[in-house]
Amino acid sequence: MSLAGQIVNLIAALLLLVSFAMLSQRRVRDLVDLFMIQGALLAAATLVTAVATGQSHLYYSAALTVALKVIVLPLILRRVLRRLALETDVELLINIPTTMLVGIALVVVAFNMAVPISQLAGTITRGALGIALACVLLAFLMMITRRKALAQVVGFLSMENGLFFAATSVTYGMPMVVELGIALDVLVGTFVFGVFFFRIRETFDSLDTSHFEKLKDR
Amino acid sequence: MSEFTVLLCVPLLGAVILAWLGGTARAAAINVLFSAVTLLAAAALTLRVVATGPHIVFGELFFVDAFNVFLVALTAFVAFTTSLYSGPYMRVEIDRGKVGPNAMRLYHSMYQLFVFTMLVALTSNNLGILWVALEAATLATVLLVSLYRTPASLEAAWKYFILCGVGIAQALFGTILLYLAAARVVGEGSTALLWTHLDAVKDQLEPSIVGIGFVFLLVGYGTKVGLAPLHNWLPDAHAEGPTPVSAVLSGLLLNVALYAVVRFKVLVDGALGTPLAGNLMMAFGLLSVVMAAFLLSRQKDAKRLFAYSSVEHMGIITFAFGMGGALANFAGLLHMTVHSLTKSAIFFAVGHAAQKAGSQAIGDIRGLVHRSPVVAWGLMVGTLAILGMPPFGVFAAEFLLLSAAMREHPWAAGVLLLSLGVAFAAVFFKVQGMVFGEPSLQPLEHRPAVFPVLVHLVLVLMLGLYIPPYLAAWYREAARMIG
Repeated sequence: MSLAGQIVNLIAALLLLVSFAMLSQRRVRDLVDLFMIQGALLAAATLVTAVATGQSHLYYSAALTVALKVIVLPLILRRVLRRLALETDVELLINIPTTMLVGIALVVVAFNMAVPISQLAGTITRGALGIALACVLLAFLMMITRRKALAQVVGFLSMENGLFFAATSVTYGMPMVVELGIALDVLVGTFVFGVFFFRIRETFDSLDTSHFEKLKDR
Repeated sequence: MSEFTVLLCVPLLGAVILAWLGGTARAAAINVLFSAVTLLAAAALTLRVVATGPHIVFGELFFVDAFNVFLVALTAFVAFTTSLYSGPYMRVEIDRGKVGPNAMRLYHSMYQLFVFTMLVALTSNNLGILWVALEAATLATVLLVSLYRTPASLEAAWKYFILCGVGIAQALFGTILLYLAAARVVGEGSTALLWTHLDAVKDQLEPSIVGIGFVFLLVGYGTKVGLAPLHNWLPDAHAEGPTPVSAVLSGLLLNVALYAVVRFKVLVDGALGTPLAGNLMMAFGLLSVVMAAFLLSRQKDAKRLFAYSSVEHMGIITFAFGMGGALANFAGLLHMTVHSLTKSAIFFAVGHAAQKAGSQAIGDIRGLVHRSPVVAWGLMVGTLAILGMPPFGVFAAEFLLLSAAMREHPWAAGVLLLSLGVAFAAVFFKVQGMVFGEPSLQPLEHRPAVFPVLVHLVLVLMLGLYIPPYLAAWYREAARMIG
């Protein structure tokens, strides 16, 4: 395997580690930090792929990732945290060990799912698809198990990171126009989330989604 | 081509202008004006496509053919009538202090933006842009669902946001897989996501990747269509938002999401050469019909009741497209049209009824016919239409589908018939109590908007009795295209 491929695989392993760290993190603030690290790793992986393959649009893609996922989104999320005075918010999660075990099982599933697909991909980074899928599934797991609205949002954004990585690893990224569109959606989405937090906070006086149990078919 | 530019630019411009003027007294009229121009552009575009065939615009980024032009026309039409309805309805809400000028600015601006995203999703040739537009449609409507800022509406909007967000993320993975398969045939770059190019080489796409991709796409966009068991967000979002939003969500957004699924099905069918995609759609569709039919009888909220009815009907339409073939596709397209028209008319009537009663609970709405006969009869006739009574268009569509199903999948026809019967029993008696019974309602401060209700119901009646030959030819052309 080429050097670039090995570096990407190393970064992919680190991404997986960050995903697990997110799963076990209790503080919402640290979750945002982890999300920033994940974005930086993603940009690094994209950059290495760009250098190794000479695909010029991947440079833009890496720059976009840095701008959006390392700078702008964490900035918005931190601002929301500060304005809502959530920095000391600690979530009571008793089942972290169980969640981690489920997470490990999900990684196995993801690797099995990736095998037939990555065999057909012609990229140097195709081996990382399993990890990308694992990141998606772990982010999904985080969204299910967390009660704080902000943690769910970070889960959602981290899921998008996983998908982005999947696209880079099997196809060297989606066409630029699509990537720009997706970036726009993610940015607008985060703004909408921000507005939403204030509304939730005004109405419920907390950001705990366990208040959300009124709408059921009685 | 100029009509097309107008079609997309007008709602976008409307969103910008209404973000600025949306809180003023004239905002409702401006909203109607922009919707009317959009409708005119859609009509002109439709005439052009009917006369000269498919069009590809803006360097292949957008395309219009027989299948999507009919949905563009329908979307523009229902968006226009809903804007007519929204004026009087929202005025009552403002008078009652439920929304302020800032909320109205957001409302009007997002309404236009929502129409814009749906039109982009329908006409986009690039399957990645289709995804972006559908996600943007979710974002535009999520703040509308929570417009009243009540605990229940916030919960509904959150659920809508998270569930549709997760769903659409899966659709993105499906799109990536399709791109992977396409890039192997037509090479990397934007062309590998253009539907027209993929349609030309669909039989060369790698079947295993496309097959896995379709599962993700169906689950992802299926969440937005409201297919069981992914429908949880739908009744909440429909029940808690303002009624005009419920009408466009139910009448338009569900159609657009289903449109996306059908576009992918065409490619997958070509690549696989097996009925996998159709079978999956039939299974999801049938499950939705059965689940919704049985959940209908448990509803106590009038808007939730009709939201579940939307799940049922989207299930029927998905089943029809899954089955495929000329007759079933024709039935599916017709059903899409009449369901949009009927369901939005019902929401219009239910919205006014709920305003009069001061509550959406079915038990609180009583004796509507004594207080405002037109709204009451609109609701009654709309309900009969949506339940599949002749001579309305829904009956015609369901009859065509059942006769097609009877031939190919007799057991499924039985299940469908049974579910339709259960749904009828559940809905009819609830609506009967709302319309007749002892009156308990307040008069409204403003005249209700009954015109949109009547127009929709007259059209549905017309489509049940007589489908004009050019419209029938158009449906047949679209049905042939989607195989």
